[in-house]
Formats: sequence, structure tokens, C-alpha cells
Amino acid sequence: MSATTAAVLELLLLVAALAVSTPLLGRYLAHVYTSPRHLKVERAAYRIMRVDPDADQHWRSYAMSVLGFSMVGLLIVYAVARLQLHLPQSLGFAGFGPAGAWNTAVSFVSNTNWQWYSGEAAAGYLLQATGLTVQNFVSAAVGMAVAAALARGLARSRNGGRLGNFWTDLVRGTVRVLLPIAFVTALVFVAGGMIENWNAFHTVTTLGGGHQTITGGPVASQESIKLLGTNGGGFYNANSAHPFENPNAFINLVQVYLILLVPFAMAWAFGLIVKDKRQGGAIVATMAVLATAAVSFMTWAEMSGAGTATRLAGAAMEGKETRFGEAASAMFGSATTLTSTGAVNSMHESFTAPGGGIAMFNMMLGEVAPGGVGSGLYGMLMLAIVTVFLCGLMVGRTPEYLGKKIGQHEIVLVALYILTTPTLVLLGAAVAVTASSGLAGLSVGGPHGLSEALYAVTSAANNNGSAFAGITSGTTFWNTLLGLLMLLGRFLPIVFVLALAGRFATARHQPAGAGTLPTHRPLFVALLTGVALVVVGLTYVPALALGPIAESLS
Amino acid sequence: MNSPHTVSQPSILTAEQLLQALPGAVRKLDPRALLATPVMLIVELGAIATTVLSIVNPSVMGWLVTVWLWLTVLFGNLAESVAEGRGKAQAASLRALQEETTARRRRTDGGVETVASTELRKGDVCIVEAGERIPGDGDVLEGVASVDESAVTGESAPVIRESGGDRSAVTGGTTVLSDRIVVRITSDPGQSFVDRMIALVEGSERQRTPNEIALNVLLSTLTAIFVVVCGTLYYIADYSHAHQSWLVLTALLVCLIPTTIGALLSAIGIAGMDRLVRRNVLAMSGRAVEAAGDVDVLLLDKTGTITYGNRQASELLPVGGVELRELEDAAVLASLADETPEGRSIVTLVEGGEGREHAPRPPAGATLVEFSAMTRMSGIDAPGLRLRKGAGSAVAAWVAETGGVVPADTEILSTQISGTGGTPLVVAEQRGEAPARVLGVVHLKDVVKEGIRERFAELRAMGIRTVMITGDNAITAKAIAEEAGVDDVLAEATPEDKLALIRREQRGGRMVAMCGDGTNDAPALAQADVGVAMNTGTTAAKEAGNMVDLDSDPTKLIEVVEIGKQLLITRGALTTFSVANDVAKYFAILPAMFVTAFPQLHVLNVMRLSSPQSAIVSAVVFNALIIVALIPLALRGVSYRPSSAVELLRRNILIYGVGGLIAPFVGIKLLDLVVSLIPGL
Repeated sequence: MSATTAAVLELLLLVAALAVSTPLLGRYLAHVYTSPRHLKVERAAYRIMRVDPDADQHWRSYAMSVLGFSMVGLLIVYAVARLQLHLPQSLGFAGFGPAGAWNTAVSFVSNTNWQWYSGEAAAGYLLQATGLTVQNFVSAAVGMAVAAALARGLARSRNGGRLGNFWTDLVRGTVRVLLPIAFVTALVFVAGGMIENWNAFHTVTTLGGGHQTITGGPVASQESIKLLGTNGGGFYNANSAHPFENPNAFINLVQVYLILLVPFAMAWAFGLIVKDKRQGGAIVATMAVLATAAVSFMTWAEMSGAGTATRLAGAAMEGKETRFGEAASAMFGSATTLTSTGAVNSMHESFTAPGGGIAMFNMMLGEVAPGGVGSGLYGMLMLAIVTVFLCGLMVGRTPEYLGKKIGQHEIVLVALYILTTPTLVLLGAAVAVTASSGLAGLSVGGPHGLSEALYAVTSAANNNGSAFAGITSGTTFWNTLLGLLMLLGRFLPIVFVLALAGRFATARHQPAGAGTLPTHRPLFVALLTGVALVVVGLTYVPALALGPIAESLS
Repeated sequence: MNSPHTVSQPSILTAEQLLQALPGAVRKLDPRALLATPVMLIVELGAIATTVLSIVNPSVMGWLVTVWLWLTVLFGNLAESVAEGRGKAQAASLRALQEETTARRRRTDGGVETVASTELRKGDVCIVEAGERIPGDGDVLEGVASVDESAVTGESAPVIRESGGDRSAVTGGTTVLSDRIVVRITSDPGQSFVDRMIALVEGSERQRTPNEIALNVLLSTLTAIFVVVCGTLYYIADYSHAHQSWLVLTALLVCLIPTTIGALLSAIGIAGMDRLVRRNVLAMSGRAVEAAGDVDVLLLDKTGTITYGNRQASELLPVGGVELRELEDAAVLASLADETPEGRSIVTLVEGGEGREHAPRPPAGATLVEFSAMTRMSGIDAPGLRLRKGAGSAVAAWVAETGGVVPADTEILSTQISGTGGTPLVVAEQRGEAPARVLGVVHLKDVVKEGIRERFAELRAMGIRTVMITGDNAITAKAIAEEAGVDDVLAEATPEDKLALIRREQRGGRMVAMCGDGTNDAPALAQADVGVAMNTGTTAAKEAGNMVDLDSDPTKLIEVVEIGKQLLITRGALTTFSVANDVAKYFAILPAMFVTAFPQLHVLNVMRLSSPQSAIVSAVVFNALIIVALIPLALRGVSYRPSSAVELLRRNILIYGVGGLIAPFVGIKLLDLVVSLIPGL
């Protein structure tokens, strides 16, 4: 079987699996976020947290709950990171400095999982457990909760801006969705050869007489939620390129599937929550179109390499694992950047220039195809509203989406959302390549150096977490800057989304007619895809021209 | 329309108009005037910046860019000035109406004093006699008069104004032709109808509408993003050893921000209002015009909108073996004395029939029996022949009087006609002294206006539901509704029913438009999202509605909806065009900026522009010229055919989206051929 055939088959298998699971899991998710019944274990959780799970929160109260909960999580991770030496299960690792701890705390709470340190060489088990494990679940559940709140806001009408209950959404997302799926996949991973233990590190003597440290750890259990929750923070520095984290090609495919599973299903659930399955279908279709294009283009870039000679010399395999090859690396690389995952099974730094450019562009899209769990859905819905606004006027009516008029207040919130990430990325990039302490972190100059910096700020502001590995980001400058980008890039948009959801829940529902712009037809899918590409393209093309584009054309 | 103040559709843009608008455009260069449109404010700030840069560091390119940036701002202002100028001509002729007239005001003690019309206040009572001009808007308290309202409405036929009822409102500036009326003034100086019209057409009272504000937010956001893009590019380019001057970055910024739509946005709004005024519709706010585009349900009065307003004969049905020809002749003769439209329509129907050379002549010595409300019959009496035509019961009584019998099929036919919403008239004759006999039945029916069915089909395609409002009974109403093709009908409608219907539709989230004229329409007009009051209506109705149709033509409601839609489509189309243009501008400017540092970027110069400087200048020039090129479109509105949303979208995306992608590639390339010839660039 040729490499191309294998690549196509793997892709088809992935698409088929997603086509089966998206409607099924979507239906389950819609039930989870709308059902009035509570499970016993959930009731216990609400009693411990002292919250009323049936209280219908106003969007402000919902937003305060999101921010308050995340702030507490941030403080806990910060404290554990600073003090880990004095805490149990630290494996003897020293505490992080203030900038490092800040970066790490923000990183986990914002679902970014940017890791400036090597997990196996700096983080003890307790930090891994509070940072990775707990936040991997709850930061993902927060994203899903916000998306569910937006969907419910669109589905409701004239109820004064009430969106449901954050604590219920948080607990249900964790208990009913993430935990069970993560548990099952962890078993699959262990069966596939991944390790799962609490052993201390072993030092062994190799056949060649050298010494090697064999690490242990609860890898499989963290791996499943790392991907399922589009977190991406690996147990090891090498992330999913490490054989203990990603033992073989089959597990690799399962990992890619796991990354895309919930984001696509959330979009399907959205259609069910707003009681129009076709709307969810259109969003899923748009995500699929963009994702397929990105995967295909990146696979082509990686497989054709930088030319015949380099390819024959194996140059395109630089930074890739031989057990995966170029196609599976490109597929993983695309999936991880199209979502807010940021896990890697190969080093994006070593991708061909166009391949690296696509990884960056995927993130710049706002990670909407299909995006992070929850965040991908609300990001795509924001773009849908921009599309409706631009195109809706052209049918001669006040633009409306799902029966909600898009007026001045709505467009202000959408505008703020759209404005946030590009501003963070571009200002961040400008600061990084101007400040000497920023430049110090870059491994090379020229277009590739710019790509390193641009990739880092894009990854942080979009809560992705992957990096062009060449960058040395563990400095005070980079930790502070990226921490700030991650925090603002996560929580500002969330506040805008919830405010918008509140507006929608307050507004009256307009019934659709022949004069309404239909938002479920292929024409709309094409327009939404076009608007996403044009808006993002216009914003980032100048910076990309100096980085990956200049590099690609040389 | 041949009103003195409505200019017949002028050519959209003449050199003269541009010239006249120029001083206004220059005045608007004041940055404070641009605060409302952030896009153009940024262009002006950019122009100021490049002026300073060019003075400090002069170069041919610097000055070219500077001049064209100033021109960009100027062109934007020009569009607005031209749009305003078109209203000014109308305002001038309206102002002539306001020339101070004198008014005879009734004092509280009953005496009369002569005062200037400008001194009249709300509640004052004036006496106006034939030949005098009515000094202000008001209601007739006493008397009846025929009034020439052509100065305001353009309609030359005089109208009757009388106290009480729905014909009591008079407009200041109109002239009493006959009789004497006493008028109570209902507006203070400066608030009258004509004042409001002047303010509207001049655009001085223009408030930005909700959609316009929302669009402005989006345009400002795009502008903000591009400010960040260009600002940070300075530092990112420096890092890449591809240093960019602020001049070039400013040029890039101006090309990227949506200047086309930013410059034309307010012109589009003013022109939309202007289009309404040209159709003699006066909107109290721009918001109402925009709301018209969103209307989901149209409430239309049957009479005058859907039907011609009177019943007409549609067929003659003989009974008891009578020849059709015989019935026709009798019906025509019996109608000779009937001057009502119904009577005339019988003659018209028979004369238009096949094989008819001329109408039958009345026999010699015949006398006409005129139609009267008492007898409810008309006819003819000749020696040995009497003919009668009239309401079934009246004719039956007449037949019985002569000892005749009404055959059973007359009853059956009459019931059938009534059942389909028509009105039956019975024709009978008496020869000599024999008992009278019935000849047949005339079917009178409400005639639906030609083309109205197609109009409703269009509305349906646009997603607008039509509801016919009528005082007729349910059967009649249903029959007409079916023939006209309206979607729904409200029969035996009282004003309360109308109000309830509007509230019901609105509760379902639908926007409702209606027109009305009577005082009892006022609550419904006020409740409707778009309420068009007829100018012939009462002051109460006019105050309650948010538009007034000076022609008092209820059909105009449909045009109002179309104008509202066209306004929104024009904004959307130009926004899409503006954003789509950016793609080509990047292809022109980016390679030009970076080709020195990265020669490989030359492949992106797909237009093969001659030099980096020429590429940048060409893009800036294109950006400015496209504004001027699109002024006519902004003023006229994009062409609009009623069709479904999907069809409209597909069409407009193709023209303005895809067109917007391609046009600048061609335009910039052509400009480059010229610009590259400039020495020293």
C-alpha cells in the first residue's frame, strides 16, 4: 500500500467514525444540557458546592460563576506550582518561579495547556494531578457550558436573559460526558500499549552501557482527557510523539478521533437545542469543509516535502515519528490546531513551511473547525452571525439568526469578540519581535524566527497550546506575555458570548419566512466558510507573508 | 405625478450636481463632521499624517498618496452632499408655500383679528374663505369647502374638506377654492407638515437608523482590526528587515478599511428617504423606512387597494327561456337612467360583447325612470313597454304589483350570485297591460384590480403575507380574497378587530404594516410597525401613523415595503463589495511592500504591476475613484426585483461579492498602466 493510499484510507476511516458518532453523541449532549433531572452523584456535588442546581441564572450571574470558578482554579494551580517541593508526591521537583507558575496556572485553567517546562523533568505528580487532571476536565467542561448557554439563549425567547445554571452545566459536562468517555478510552489506550502507573522513575543501563531513565506515571488516564477535552498538555514534553503517550499508528488514529469527537458533537447538539436539526447540520458541515481542506492541504504539503531531492533524502521526515509517517503526522497536526488541543505527535517547527503555515492559519481561524470543546461552537456561531449580518442586509431585511434580530447591541458584542483575538495575537507578535527579551527566545532569525514568535502568540491567544518547538519560552518575558494572552484570549470572548446569549434570551423570536435568509442551506455553508477565510485572511496575511509565505516561496 | 415640487426622476448624477455639492463637501472636511463615521475619520487622520510626512520628507509618491487620500475623504463627503442637494430643490419649492400669509384669527370674545400666520399657535381658531390660503395645519370646525391641495400633494383635482368625520384635516399652504370654513390650528410654528417635509428632504433631521448604526459598528470593528494589522506590521516588518515607512502603512490602512461603504453609508440613507418623498410618501423617521423592509404582514383595505372600489356587471343570466339578446337590450335600456357606476358598467359590458354594433335605442316617446334610493330601481316607460332593473326584492314587488310571478330560477340564480360574493340585479319587463315577467339576472361583482394578483404573488415570494380587510360579510370577502390571491381575510372588520389582529401578529413576532385614514384607524395605525396614513385622512390618523401618503393611494404600501428593502440591500451590497475589494488590494500592495526584502514574494504580484511605488499609488487611486463610481448606485439603490431571500442573496453575492473580488484586479491594473508613466515615481 502506497503512502498516499494509506493516508486517504486513514482519513476516510476517521470521517466515517465521526459521521457515526457526531449525531449520536450530539443527541446525548443536547439531552445533558437541557434535561431537568439530576443524577444522585450530581446532587451530592451540588450539596458540597452549596449551589441550587435548578436556579436559572441571568447571564451576568452565569458569567460571574464562570470567572469565579476559573479564578479559584487558577489560584490553586498557581499555589501548587509554587509550593510543590513542600507538598507530597512532588518527585522532588522544585517549585516554579512566579512567572512560570502564572503561565502554568493560566495555561491549564484556560484550556490552553501551553507547557514551558518538560512535564517529566519539572512537574511532580501532585501538580500533574491538580493542573492537568482536574483542569483538563473542568476547563473543558467550562467551554462546553458556555457553548450550551449560548445555544439555550438562542432557543429561548423573552425570558429576561436567563441562560440556565453554570454549576449544573459544569457538573454534568464532567460527570456525564467527559469522565465516562475518558474512562473508556483510557482502557483502550492501556490495551493499545500506553502506560498507567504511579511508579517512581527507573534508571536502567542500556545495552550500549549508557544510562536511561524510564519514566512512569498515570499516562493513559491523562492522555484520554488530554485529547477528549481538547487540552493538549502532555504528560511528557514530547507529548503524543512519546511512545508511552502514543504507542502506535492505531492509537494515533484513535487520538485524532478523540480530539474531534466532542467539538463536532457539540455543533450537532446545538441544532437539537435550538430545535432545528438543520442548523446544527450546517455548522457541522462548515466545520467539516474547513477541516477537510486543512487536513488535505497539510498532508499534501508534508508528503510532497520541500522538493523531490529533500524528499528522497528523507528531509520531510525531520521532526516526525517513523511509526506514524508524514500523513498521520499531518493529520494529527491539523486536528490539534483546528481544535484548541495543541497536543503534538510531531514537531510543527520541522513541518514544511506551508504545512507550518496551515497549522498557524488553523489557529488563526479562531479554532472553529471544529474548535475546542464548546469554544469551537461558540466561535463558529460568532462567525455565523457576522455572515448573517453581511448577507442578511442583502436580502433586504434586518439580519436575523435563528429568529433573533442582529441589531446594534448584538453586533457590538460580536464585534468585540471578533476583535479580541487578532488584537492579542498581533500586538503580542509585535511586542515579542521588538523586545530584546522576546527575541532572545527565538532560535533563528528571518521568516522562520517570525513564524516561531507568531506561532507562539497565536497558540496562546487562541488557547491552543502547541508550539514551534524551536522557541525557548520558559523566560519571564515569554511566560508573562503568553500567560496574559491565554487569560484574555479565553475569558474576554467568554464574557462577550454570554452577554450575547443573554441578549438573545431576552429578545423575541421572529418566525422564519420566505423573506428570511435561510441559515441551513449549502449556500449559507459556502458563505460562512468564505467569510471565515476572508475575515481571517485579511487580518493575518501581512504577518503570514513575512513568515510562512515568504519561507514557502523561497 | 406632476406636482410643482417633485422633480421627475432626474438623471442620477450630472457634472453640475457634483459642482454644486463641492462646497458642502469641502465644509464637511472638518473632522468633527466625520466623528459619526469612524472609517472616514481614520482616512482623514491618515491624510493629515501623510501630509506631514510628505512635508518633512518630500517625494513624488508621498505627495501622490497624500493628494489621493484627501480626495478619498472629499469624495465621501461629496456623495453625502449630492444626496442632500437632491432634497434641497424640493425643499426650496416647499418653502415657497411658507411665505408668510395673514390669518384671520377668532378672538376669545368672538371678534376677528388679522395676524401673521407665523403667530398662530396650537388651538387658535381661524376663518378661511374662498381664494385664501389656509394659514396652518388644522381641523375644520365648521363648514364645507373644496380645497386645492396640489401644492402639497401634486393632485390637481380639488378635494372636499368638511367638519367632523374623516375629511376634516387641512394642511397649511393649501388654498380654499369655494365656501368658507373655520379651522382650528393643530400645530405650532415650525412643526407643521410642510416644516417636517422640508426638514426631511433636506436631511437635516436625519437620524441614523438601527441597521445603519449596527452596520457602522461592524465597519468600525473592521477598521479597528486593520489599524492593529497595519500598526503592528511596522514592528513585525522591522524584525524581518523589511522596513516599512509610515506613509506606505497609512496607504495600506486606507486601502484595507471599508472606505467604499463608509463613504457612501449616509448618502444611501438620505437617498432612500428621497425615493420615498419622490413617491409622495412622507416618513416621520428613517426607522420607519427600515422597518418597512422587515414587514411580514401587510394589512390591505379591500376597497381601493384590491378592488376598484365599486361593483361592476360581469355577466347577464336569462331566466325562463328568455333570449340572452333580449335580456341584454332590456338591461341596457333600463340602465339608461342609472348614472351609478354599476349602471354604467352594464352598458359597457353589453356594448363590448360580441356581435354588437351599437347599443339599443330607446323606443320613441320613452321617459326615463331615474334610480332612487326609495324605489331601488331604474327603468324606462314607453308606450306599451315598461322596463325595470333593480334589487331583487324591489323588482319582485313590482312584478307582483302587475299580477306577475317571479320564476323559481330567478331566486336560485340570485342566491348563487350572492353565494360567490356578488350582487344580483333583476331585470323585468311589462308589455302592454299584461303581467310583468322577469327576463333575467345581472351579476354585479367587485372587480379585482388588474395585476394585483401578480403583485401578491411577488409579496408572497418575498415572504410577506397579505391580509385583506373589509367590511363585507364573510362570504363576499372570501370570494374576493380568493380571486385576488390574498393569503388571509378579515371580514366585517371593525377598528377593534384590526387592532386585535395587529396585536396577535406582533405577539407571534411578526412586523405589521397597514394603511388607514379614519380617526377610528388611529389606534391600529399607532400599533402597526409601519402605519401609512392617507393624506385625506384625519389629523388623528396622520399623527398615529409613521408615514403619510400625500397621494392617499393605499396601494403605495407595497412600494414603501420595496423601498425599505432596497435601502437595506444597497447597504449590504456595498459592504460586501467593499470587503471583497481588499483581497485584490493585498495582492497589489503586499508584494510591493516586501519584494525588496523577500524577492520570492514577486510571484504574488499577479497583476504584474510595474513597480512597488506604482502598485501602492494605483491601489490608493482605485480606492478613491471607486467611491465616485458608486455614488450613482448609492443614490439610485441597487436594482431590486421582488423574489425570495435565497434568490436575492444568490444574485447579490454574485454581483457584489464575486464582482467585488474581480473588479479591483482589473481596475488597479489599468490604473497602474497610467500611474507608472508619472515621472519620478
